[in-house]
Amino acid sequence: METPPTSKTTAAARTDPAEIETRDMLLNIGPAHPAMHGIIRIVAKLDGEQIKDAEVEIGYLHRGFEKMAEVVDYNGVIPYTDRLNYVSPLINNMGYCMAVEKLLGISVPERCHYVRVILSEISRISDHLTCVGATAMELGSFTVFLYLIKAREFLWELVEKVTGARLTVTYCRVGGVKADLPDDFEGPCRKAFAETRKVLVEADGLLTRNRIFTDRMNGTGVISAEDAISYGITGPFLRATGAEYDVRKDCPYAVYDRLPFDVPVGTRGDNMDRFLVRMEEMEQSMRIVEAALRDLPPGPVLVNPETGRPIPAAEMVDLAKMGKIEAITGGCAVACPTLGGSGRDRHPSIATDEKRVFLPPKEDGYGNIEGLMQQFKLVMHGHGVRPPKGEVYFPVEGANGELGFYVVSDGSGSAYRVRVRPPCFAIMSALHTLLVGDMMADMVPTFGSVNMIGGELDR
Amino acid sequence: MPKEPSFLTSRLSEAIGWARKFSIFQYPFVTACCGMEYMATACSHYDVDRFGAGFPRFSPRQADVLFVVGTISHKMAPVLKRIYDQMAEPKWVVAFGVCTCTGGFYDNYATVMGIDTIMPVDVYIPGCPPRPEMVLDGLMKLQDKIQLQHATGTRPGPEARPDVLEP
Amino acid sequence: MNTSSLIQSVTDRFRDAVLSSHGWRGDATVLVRREFLVEVARHLKEDPALQMNYLMDLTAVDYSSFGKKPAPAFFSSAGVAVRPSSQIPDEAPWPGPPERSRYAVVYHFYSMAHKHRLRLVVPVEEAADGTVAPVDSLTGLWPGANWLEREIWDMFGIGFRGHPNLKRILMYEGFEGHPLRKDYPVNKRQPLIGPVN
Repeated sequence: METPPTSKTTAAARTDPAEIETRDMLLNIGPAHPAMHGIIRIVAKLDGEQIKDAEVEIGYLHRGFEKMAEVVDYNGVIPYTDRLNYVSPLINNMGYCMAVEKLLGISVPERCHYVRVILSEISRISDHLTCVGATAMELGSFTVFLYLIKAREFLWELVEKVTGARLTVTYCRVGGVKADLPDDFEGPCRKAFAETRKVLVEADGLLTRNRIFTDRMNGTGVISAEDAISYGITGPFLRATGAEYDVRKDCPYAVYDRLPFDVPVGTRGDNMDRFLVRMEEMEQSMRIVEAALRDLPPGPVLVNPETGRPIPAAEMVDLAKMGKIEAITGGCAVACPTLGGSGRDRHPSIATDEKRVFLPPKEDGYGNIEGLMQQFKLVMHGHGVRPPKGEVYFPVEGANGELGFYVVSDGSGSAYRVRVRPPCFAIMSALHTLLVGDMMADMVPTFGSVNMIGGELDR
Repeated sequence: MPKEPSFLTSRLSEAIGWARKFSIFQYPFVTACCGMEYMATACSHYDVDRFGAGFPRFSPRQADVLFVVGTISHKMAPVLKRIYDQMAEPKWVVAFGVCTCTGGFYDNYATVMGIDTIMPVDVYIPGCPPRPEMVLDGLMKLQDKIQLQHATGTRPGPEARPDVLEP
Repeated sequence: MNTSSLIQSVTDRFRDAVLSSHGWRGDATVLVRREFLVEVARHLKEDPALQMNYLMDLTAVDYSSFGKKPAPAFFSSAGVAVRPSSQIPDEAPWPGPPERSRYAVVYHFYSMAHKHRLRLVVPVEEAADGTVAPVDSLTGLWPGANWLEREIWDMFGIGFRGHPNLKRILMYEGFEGHPLRKDYPVNKRQPLIGPVN
């Protein structure tokens, strides 16, 4: 007869290892979670505190970028590209525009390259600031987050001065950029960089030798270089493991081959190395921008030799609408670079001279019939930029790694297929190997250092 | 039929409204790019803490304002609805960014064309993304709404979407 | 290795697998048959002269409505192909999409050691009843191909043989259809909750 279980027998059974029944706990770190930047779902199988397996589910921010790119025309895709990696929108813009320019086979003026490089690097700095700040915030250092966002605000004010918007800028166009840098760009840029450097020094002092921070970041989220390469990981994540691959150095585009900068490479591939690589990359980006500002070729500024008289843009438009073209055919309009774009004087330095691709300056669009035809052919529905039939792949160095655009054209006004190769897709597909073996609390810094941007991951 | 407000109850309503509007516990349901402007609004430059709304509460049980920040896809919509249902009254919803107001320019198979199709919304803050000043303006409009809620006793429901929008 | 020598080395090694090749705009591109995909990919990865250790990207294109967009009524003679500039030297036109197949699965490889890139295009036919020919999975060679192939299955409906976990990744479980196919309308919504707006 079985004796009913008493407290003594069950206590004995509990301490005998062969008798204890254990099961792993499934913890759902759901789409809406404070410590996850963006919405993903991780179903972690936990053995106590240790993660034995993790299943990552994405797709909660899928917005159909690739389908929309087939519906709108080539220049209309650029606002959608802003929202891919929304913390560094200019890099996405630049990548897409350079891919379409490769498809077309045209080149942009040199000054335009420099302008794009300057703004890309500023975008990269703000991306790293956000990533490092958010990671620090989740490890308890709210102060560092506030400091880094303060620095980011200075950079955004700078971007707003140039493009007119803080975050979703839509600055590049196929064949050029929207407008030239304003005349007083260099002063505020240096001031913003001085502030950013001050903030980085403060953040470094608060974090790098901070026992709390280093204990949580050292040795967690380790991945080897071979594993990273086999998953297709690029960018600061890969460079922290020791492999040296940076698209700006290995497959240079724009004017990166002329600008001096170093690429920081880590050794261990853990969270601390990724943090240090990102901090150093910000300094290198500032170095690139300063070198570019020094080398910036002065654009050909056209002034009509006869009249040489600039008129305000609004006045020019009014005159043109009334038909008083003689008053404006000779002059160059002064347009606000953030709102009105560029007048005829700056146009050759920011745009390709291929008429079938870029809009004419406003004086020509309003002033003479050739400009009007060029405007019509590019803007009206059914017309527009029409590249030859073909396919290209163009990689740029995004903030997370190699951001590639694969564009297929069928000769019509809108792209046939636009594929963006998202750098954090590869990193997220390796996330489950990063998490396995670590403790549950290590998920927070690991995920923070992945810098997952939902717009890029899910498109 | 609400009672005639007397001096004491109207003062009490005002006091409750004042206390509620200056102690907002927000649940920032951040999905996309608007999250960056939300972060900028919450940080030191465009401080939202001076409105008493500085502490985000990441549990729906503890929050009273649900800030839906960023595009909601159809995959995410049930999660959002569940979070909204879990919040306790009184609760308000702010649609932050044009993707939550009307779907933005993502008129495709994946996006909810406006979260007011699935839950009542109190304040719409359009913009792609809205500047922090606009967010603060929307927050102040929400505060006006909160102030009046206890006094009038009614909670403005969602405006009915006109039938012409239905397919 | 530059574009033409890359194409040459792959074509010489796999004469029966390669359908065609080109180097349009400087991108080395080789079309291979479906059946030889894994063999060619393994050679690309392990051959010391090629050493393509990165599978950068894996995507697909639906060519069913290629070239079918209506041309504008007026000015149809103008606004056609822009002449290549001096920086991009080749003048030959693009050969066009693969014949007789609706889909093409496109692989982009990169070599970190040699710094060269190669694109592999695999034509995938669709039978008359709508079933799509399956492609072999590359997850054995590159674990990163796992999610990329899941995305192609989700968006296009092209199945991958040997994939450990082929299910939807970007769309939700109840979604019917494959959104990036050309016959899926842009705003056909299938909401889980809420009205179909």
